[in-house]
Amino acid sequence: MDAVLLARIQFGLTIGFHYIFPPMTIGLGWMIFHYNNRYQENGNELYHQLAKFWTRIFAITFIIGVATGITMEFQFGTNWANYSRFVGDIFGAPLAAEGVFAFFLESSFLGILLYGRKHVSQRMYWFSSLMVACGATLSAFWIVVANSWQQTPAGYEIIEKTLASGEIVRQAQLTNFWEAVFNPSTLLRYSHVIMSALCVGTFFVLGTSAWQILKGRHVEFARASMRSAVVPAFAVIMLTMVVGHHHGHQVSQTQPAKLAAFEGLWETGPNAPLMLLGFPNEKEEKNDFAIQIPGMVSLFVGGSFDTEVQGLKDFAPEDRPPVAVSFWSFHLMFYLGMWFALVSFVGVILWLKKKLTSYKWYLWAATLTVPLPFVANEVGWIAAEVGRQPWVVYNELRTSHAVSASVSAGEILASMIMFGLIYTLLFCLWIFLLKKQFHKGPDPIEMTEGEVA
Amino acid sequence: MTALQVTWFLLIGILIIGYAILDGFDLGVGFWHLFAKKKSERSAFIHSIEPFWDGNEVWLLTGGGALFAAFPPVYASVFSGFYLAMMLVLLGLIFRAVAIEYRDKVDSPAWTRAWDIAFAVGSVLPSILYGVAIGNVVRGLELNALGDYTAGFFALLNPFSLLCGLVGLSMFALHGAFYLSMKLDGEIAAEARGWATKTWYVFLVLFMVAVTMGLRGGYIRAWDGVDFKRFIPMATILLALVSNSIAFMFNKKEKGKGAFIASSCTIAFVMLSVATAVFPYMVFCTNDEAWSLTVSNSSSSPLTLFSMLIIALIGMPIVLGYTWFIHHIFRAKVKVHKD
Repeated sequence: MDAVLLARIQFGLTIGFHYIFPPMTIGLGWMIFHYNNRYQENGNELYHQLAKFWTRIFAITFIIGVATGITMEFQFGTNWANYSRFVGDIFGAPLAAEGVFAFFLESSFLGILLYGRKHVSQRMYWFSSLMVACGATLSAFWIVVANSWQQTPAGYEIIEKTLASGEIVRQAQLTNFWEAVFNPSTLLRYSHVIMSALCVGTFFVLGTSAWQILKGRHVEFARASMRSAVVPAFAVIMLTMVVGHHHGHQVSQTQPAKLAAFEGLWETGPNAPLMLLGFPNEKEEKNDFAIQIPGMVSLFVGGSFDTEVQGLKDFAPEDRPPVAVSFWSFHLMFYLGMWFALVSFVGVILWLKKKLTSYKWYLWAATLTVPLPFVANEVGWIAAEVGRQPWVVYNELRTSHAVSASVSAGEILASMIMFGLIYTLLFCLWIFLLKKQFHKGPDPIEMTEGEVA
Repeated sequence: MTALQVTWFLLIGILIIGYAILDGFDLGVGFWHLFAKKKSERSAFIHSIEPFWDGNEVWLLTGGGALFAAFPPVYASVFSGFYLAMMLVLLGLIFRAVAIEYRDKVDSPAWTRAWDIAFAVGSVLPSILYGVAIGNVVRGLELNALGDYTAGFFALLNPFSLLCGLVGLSMFALHGAFYLSMKLDGEIAAEARGWATKTWYVFLVLFMVAVTMGLRGGYIRAWDGVDFKRFIPMATILLALVSNSIAFMFNKKEKGKGAFIASSCTIAFVMLSVATAVFPYMVFCTNDEAWSLTVSNSSSSPLTLFSMLIIALIGMPIVLGYTWFIHHIFRAKVKVHKD
């Protein structure tokens, strides 16, 4: 196998694995702050218990996010040296800013959240909880800035630089810092990512607690957990979908080839159909077994059936993203989002009737939903990144020109096997420790002196 | 060479020094972890770094990001050139992070034992590899016209760089021993002071041999038109030896905090001697000097350096604030519980 393909597989695997964890810690971080906040307000021990239990789950998860995150920052240099040279003038700054403005905040206050309850006042503890959630949310901002610039580069010019050896290389050079940071897709993608992260957190609390009830473990506590998560879950999936719609519209304007691949759209023209299901056939440039609604993509992009939408045939074959992968990952994300909306909507109705935890079928539905927001995040990310291909910086640098020349295919294969083994082990450990925590359940409520249980 | 470029060379240096001092002590604690005989002592070792190590590691991430942003060709050439070594650093750092968090999570001696070993190995491996990497940067690398490293993995394992690896390991081990003697109490603190004394001699010898080899190899690079430049690394090496001696004396007087602060200064001076020896180069090209990556030919554009300077000026005081704050909150000594 060639080095470019191996480098892509390794990057995809390592970031795909990493991306399981930060969305969950962003989502759980805010749930934990919510519990600490309620405890601060009304002193109800139940919220104290909730905060403590979910902080334990948070800690187990957070650490894998940290450990696998270092890999990501190193890999731009180790595996994508030519990319690093090409984009360094722009891409490095958000990574450094992420460290300075977000990771330090998060890691310092996490120390207090995990080990400092006895060392600080209740108010300071509350504040630390808020800062951990803010830190996690801010770190996502800077990494989305960097990634969005790859999708919709702005605030730069391409220069030809003469090296000391006389070789001439192309490079992107910053012309406007704020245009690069707030490029056309930054804010929409950031909102979409954060809302999806909140989905992971809220649906995780909802579903794992439903599972606890089904298994008859720590039932009262699990009921409280479920009740605390159902309305937030519904709110954030609704926001995810609203933001997602606007983001899709932006993609149609800034990356038309990507949108066409998402929708499996081959022909350019008005009345562009929305394909619900089907198999994009890249060889024959058509879709097999397509079920479609005429005109819907035009309506969605331009507000009218007459809006002309660019199809894939408008782009040279070498400039098209892989259509089937883009189409399927995008559609899977979309359908999963629908499912989350349904589950949480039914949940809110049951909650209003005070029957959220009464029906087995609902508890099962919520339980089985636990892994799905992770899947939705992953396929959403795959859609975003595969849809950008064959470019690593949209319309400026091809992925095949971005790799490290000094790293051989054998070396990448060796490191990939290493990551494969470590990450499989970490995943098993994570699941094992999570299960253990759910069996153990919350700490018993601490009795103040003189009180008898 | 512009003032902005020199400023960024110094700022990267400060980030690396910050990382070496801060993660240095918890990497050092990892080195000593398996030397502690009692279970209670090993727990105390972990507790002594638990609230800090994650924040310490952020210095590495920020330093890496800043190098990427300020000197992209250097980041690209060095990270891809040291590919397998970097992967081993990652292997160490991943296991180390997970070990600290997971070792207490299951009540089983075999489980804890496995994580104790992971923590120690995960600390020793990066400590050596950082030294090997710095040794190679000081020595210079073989590059092609585009700046890609060409000599392969085994050429990185030359005597000078391997020696630098041992210097790195002994420096962090010494620093970690001082930290433990400051942070713990009673018997184990006395034992840590003993470790520090022994390691002190080891570090001193290794460091002096490395300095001698470096001087004989001509690794103090010349700066056109600035003759006195070659004295600066010598001065920082002298300062490193002075502060190292002070650390030794504090240790003898059982003043843990003084020894730790002096040891932090030693690390800073050692790193400064590396930076000033290499300057104005960042990666010296051994096969054609003209192809070297220098502070002036490898930096980002003035606009990027300026924007990042603003970020640094806003961010770094806040970061120093957090660092002080967290050490203030967890300033109490860590107790060793009876087994």
